[in-house]
Amino acid sequence: MDVLSRNNVVVTGNVDGPVVVLAHGFGCDQNLWRLVVPALAEKCRVVLFDHVGAGRSDLSAWDARRYSTLDAYASDVLDICREICRELDVRDVVFVGHSVSAMIGVLAVAAEPARFGKLVLLTPSPRYIDDGDYRGGFSAADIEELLDSLESNYLGWSATMAPVIVGNPDRPELGEELTNSFCRTDPEVARVFARATFLSDNRADLERVSVPTLVLECAQDVIAPREVGAFVHARIPGSTLVTLDATGHCPQLSAPEATAAAMLRFVTDTL
Amino acid sequence: MTGVTGDEPDRDAVSALLEDSAEDLYENAPCGYLSTLPDGHIAKVNGTLLRWLGYQREELVGRRRFADLLSVGGKLYHETHFAPLLRMQGEVRGVALEMVAADGRRLPMLVNSTVKTSGDGEPLLIRTTVFDARDRRAYERELLRARQEAERERDEIRRLATTLQRTLLPPVLPTVPGVEIATHYHHASPFEVGGDFYDVFPLADGRWGVFLGDVCGKGAGAAAMTSLTRYTLRSAAVYDPDPAAVLTNLNTVLNQEQDGGQPGFCTVTFGVLAVDPDGCTLTLASGGHPPGLLLRADGTVEYVETPGGQLIGILPDARVVTATVRLSAGDTFVLYSDGLIEARVGDTRYSEQELLEFAATLASTAAADVVGALVDLLAGFGEGVEDDTAVLALGVPAPRRC
Repeated sequence: MDVLSRNNVVVTGNVDGPVVVLAHGFGCDQNLWRLVVPALAEKCRVVLFDHVGAGRSDLSAWDARRYSTLDAYASDVLDICREICRELDVRDVVFVGHSVSAMIGVLAVAAEPARFGKLVLLTPSPRYIDDGDYRGGFSAADIEELLDSLESNYLGWSATMAPVIVGNPDRPELGEELTNSFCRTDPEVARVFARATFLSDNRADLERVSVPTLVLECAQDVIAPREVGAFVHARIPGSTLVTLDATGHCPQLSAPEATAAAMLRFVTDTL
Repeated sequence: MTGVTGDEPDRDAVSALLEDSAEDLYENAPCGYLSTLPDGHIAKVNGTLLRWLGYQREELVGRRRFADLLSVGGKLYHETHFAPLLRMQGEVRGVALEMVAADGRRLPMLVNSTVKTSGDGEPLLIRTTVFDARDRRAYERELLRARQEAERERDEIRRLATTLQRTLLPPVLPTVPGVEIATHYHHASPFEVGGDFYDVFPLADGRWGVFLGDVCGKGAGAAAMTSLTRYTLRSAAVYDPDPAAVLTNLNTVLNQEQDGGQPGFCTVTFGVLAVDPDGCTLTLASGGHPPGLLLRADGTVEYVETPGGQLIGILPDARVVTATVRLSAGDTFVLYSDGLIEARVGDTRYSEQELLEFAATLASTAAADVVGALVDLLAGFGEGVEDDTAVLALGVPAPRRC
């Protein structure tokens, strides 16, 4: 299977700039980056993709068992980065992971550090569930409640629409009938990804990161609170922590200028 | 309205309607209204929502965010789905969220939000309406429960079909000295029992019975037919192992068997295998089954044709055609069902000719390698394999090289 079409990889931006791979988190797809892409694309070669199961990825590549852990996503990221390096004839990439993709990036970097020049972790959390002195912000029961919310919200998904979404992009009029046209997810896929995301514990993987790393957090974020950002920063040797004056878990949407600026400063900074 | 002129009560009603000010309509609308700043803080809330939640206005306005009023699961959902979606498309409709009242009660709500933007597209305000969704949620839970039950039953059907299918195929084939046997069964659907079958079994005189076939249809009826066909073939071979006689007896039995008025029939190749020190001889009889494929040790391939053999179980006297194949060291003979040669490839079907060309490219003619290559071929067809497919290969192992 062709990796670039499996993950709906899109390459855009400045052909002379550093290659920046943007990885979306749980809940949406590469659309999530739309407000920061224009600014990044001026200076960088921007690579966007959808995780398998999300957006316009190849849904037939999705398998409940395989995608039940973050390792599968990390392995896909390595596939994409290898392929991109080959296609664009570069040695390494800057990987930007939002939310759960921050930890997917950590796993990928730990597995193949040479493939990555730098790493940006946007609102990361290595573990969402409290554990002893560690405060992730959530209890196991909270996560079950989220899964219930997923069950009761299909957000425009219906099984009969799946073929349209996946294989019929040339008939947008069908898609327009749906209220929520972005971030459609098969509820089964969402459930498996939610479990992989919110039940994972990657605290021990943080110290395996050996490339220059920027931790970008928001001043107010219920999903990844400040103390979690501080934890990630403390565990990744030599990392930089920047706190954006933004609210919510998606600063690339709520504060796109500040987010893009912080990313660009780090990406173009010669270390 | 008709006949209201001069009617006092109706005039009162009209003036009461006129006095239903926008403000009163907002405050006491039959749904909750909420306006929040882009950072989520509540700027305005109506009386209906305050009553539902049991809060005073001053406890919420300027102090709490919309997400603060949600259950924890709802908060997570809001941050990962609702808020990003709202920012991207400017509105979100019909999302089910649970709000938490001042006394801790959970209130299932249906939430719609729109973003009010400034002239240059910057979000200024989020307007949200909240509907009491207790009844709808109860109904949805019913639907969800029904769907989960349907899924459980689907799993059960899959389990039953798999189990039933397994009983129709030999769990292990016997070891035939001097002959390597390899098989494969491809299930086209996990929910239906297919009608392909095969078996290898000892005959009384030291020879072996071999067969592979395909009964018409799918499902429970086909499973019963398959079972009858398999046992009839084995019993008939005990009575008279001559391949043509075996198929003639099967034809008689199937002709007597009417499945709900529908004639049950099959295509099948039956063979008797005689092993000797230099290889083996296979005497075959075929009733309408695709020709077996012969792969010689030197790489040449050919079909062993049995033209003119008729479907078994339709005519009182089906014509059965026989052939004899001699296998020496390194030769392999393959029987298969038509799922293989009728696989959909693009707009056309795979064909006997293409299968022959494929076989000619194989590096090894050992039975296990040939079946392995056919398994890969089937996998390459993906969804194109619409029918069940059985493959049985008999080979005389090539002498080991030192």
